[in-house]
Amino acid sequence: MDFLTEFPSLGKRDLRDLKKTIDGSFREWSRTYGDAIEAFFDPLYFFLVWLEKLLIAAPWPIILILVASFAYLGSRSWKLALGSVISFMLIGYFGMWKDMMATISLISVATLICIAVGIPIGILMSRYDRVQSAITPILDLMQTIPIFVYLLPVVMLLGIGRVPGLIAVCVYALPPIIRLTNLGIRLVDKEILEAADAFGSSYRQKLFEVQLPLALPNIFAGVNQTIMMALAMVVIASMIGVKGLGMPVLQAVQNQYLTLGLMNGLAIVALAIIFDRVSQRYGQRLQAHRFGKEHE
Amino acid sequence: MDRDFKLIGLVRNMSEAKLKIKNLFKIFGNKGRSFISSVEKGMSKQELLDKHGHVLGLNNINLDISEQRIQVIMGLSGSGKSTLIRHINRLIEPTSGEIYVDNENVLKMSQSELREFRRKKTSMVFQKFALLPHKTVAQNVAYGLTIQGVSEGEAKERSHKWIDSVGLAGFEERFPAQLSGGMQQRVGLARALATDAPILLMDEAFSALDPLIRTDMQNILLELQKELHKTIVFITHDLDEALRIGDNIAILRDGKVIQKGDPQNIIMNPADDYISDFIKDINRSKVIEIRSIMQKGTTKGSSLKSSCSLEDALKTLNSEKDKQCNVVNEEGKKIGKVTLDAAINALLRDKSTKSLEKYK
Repeated sequence: MDFLTEFPSLGKRDLRDLKKTIDGSFREWSRTYGDAIEAFFDPLYFFLVWLEKLLIAAPWPIILILVASFAYLGSRSWKLALGSVISFMLIGYFGMWKDMMATISLISVATLICIAVGIPIGILMSRYDRVQSAITPILDLMQTIPIFVYLLPVVMLLGIGRVPGLIAVCVYALPPIIRLTNLGIRLVDKEILEAADAFGSSYRQKLFEVQLPLALPNIFAGVNQTIMMALAMVVIASMIGVKGLGMPVLQAVQNQYLTLGLMNGLAIVALAIIFDRVSQRYGQRLQAHRFGKEHE
Repeated sequence: MDRDFKLIGLVRNMSEAKLKIKNLFKIFGNKGRSFISSVEKGMSKQELLDKHGHVLGLNNINLDISEQRIQVIMGLSGSGKSTLIRHINRLIEPTSGEIYVDNENVLKMSQSELREFRRKKTSMVFQKFALLPHKTVAQNVAYGLTIQGVSEGEAKERSHKWIDSVGLAGFEERFPAQLSGGMQQRVGLARALATDAPILLMDEAFSALDPLIRTDMQNILLELQKELHKTIVFITHDLDEALRIGDNIAILRDGKVIQKGDPQNIIMNPADDYISDFIKDINRSKVIEIRSIMQKGTTKGSSLKSSCSLEDALKTLNSEKDKQCNVVNEEGKKIGKVTLDAAINALLRDKSTKSLEKYK
């Protein structure tokens, strides 16, 4: 009867040995190559530190002007620009200016990396069905695997600090932009593509003149999602030593500082809302030509 | 259009058809090639689908398309007409067969040769316009030129006159979504004309438009054709449209050409019941030209042009004493005569009513 109630499993000792072997060999591997991999990410580290220092060192009025003009250029709305400036001033007034600058620098770099990596992958996926079916499960994995599970090897390899934090954020924030780039290109009207072919477009011409411009609204929805997910990762990234608004939240959780947690949490929400609204408005303006029914 | 000219044209065109389609087959499905011989032996479209899960797109198409003429390819939906036109610029690869343009085999072209061919030799107008929604009218019209690598300034300049000629001056900076359907298709037409390609492929180009605007567009096309003399392949499911603009008509059914030639000939001598039924609703008095019922000899009465419709001829014929008129060509030369009896006979001829169910 034992056979039916106990699921046949690997013996305890075997299991332990298996885990030990894998752990040991990964540790060995990370000892051997850790420095080289760390050196590979050095430029990224220096850029991150440089940007963070720049933002913190810059006089705050200049930052406010930049925020206002970024918000206005993106959304063409005075209200949104004004709202952004007020939120920034409030966050600064409550003593979170430096942390906010650190978070913004992390989010910006993470978003840039995701765009630079994600859009080309999305394009490849849209062009080749094989690439699509190979990458889709990887994206599923990236989005569902518990964050701590991949945080662990990253920390073992690179220690704690900004770069492993950045990598963790990117792993989590990359899938939406890849998916939406692929989807956006695949959704482009078949007849328009046929027209491009009929006039003798090369693949490159078709991609840059037709597919990407028409997929832009979707691609931009992907960028928006990527920013949002990067912001959502701020607190978790602080667990491996990333400075910014996440750190005080983590402290608050550990010590039951209600106000501290609430203030920093709200600051993250404010940032998220600003980034979201500005990038969404910008995305909408990209497809303005679709709504221009002036002849009626 | 007089018959002598047409005959000469016919003789000339036989030797130098602009576009020749030979034994063209298209069978959709993974193993299309293996079914060609059975289709050649007479397997029907339905049988191929039921037994083998393959769709017969085109069945042994042979068609010579004359230079500078409008060749209409007509058929109902599913007859393969859109598939056929897409073979000419190889948007669809055939299962087997040959397509020659200026005696060059399109199907043997490499990818880069094919691109060059599509850029310089053919251009296309689409049923749903297929304009680039993110580009202005001017940019859309210049699209074919920019693809060829013509500089932006020159492309704009060269496309300008085509925007004018389709009556869109003043709309250059609008986006397609801001235009009505008819105007959008004008953009489509101007875009196709702007590359100066000698062959124009029109895939149900006017089918999505209202009847009045459709007539407008047909007029624009015929007007332009008088100057441009393009070789036009025009797909339609509308018989009136086919008769109106076609110099030649080919009728497609289940991927097979069942009759081709002069539209007058198709009306006077429909090849089978399917075609008789197809043409039974047309206004014969307007469509049939008297050259189709012309007889040998001359008469004393007045003269009618060979392209005169029966409707216009009846009145004149009836007013003549002997109910006969001379037929003259475009230059005014007498080429035969026509009688009232023949005209009335042509109006009455209608075999289809008794055989409505037959072709099913």
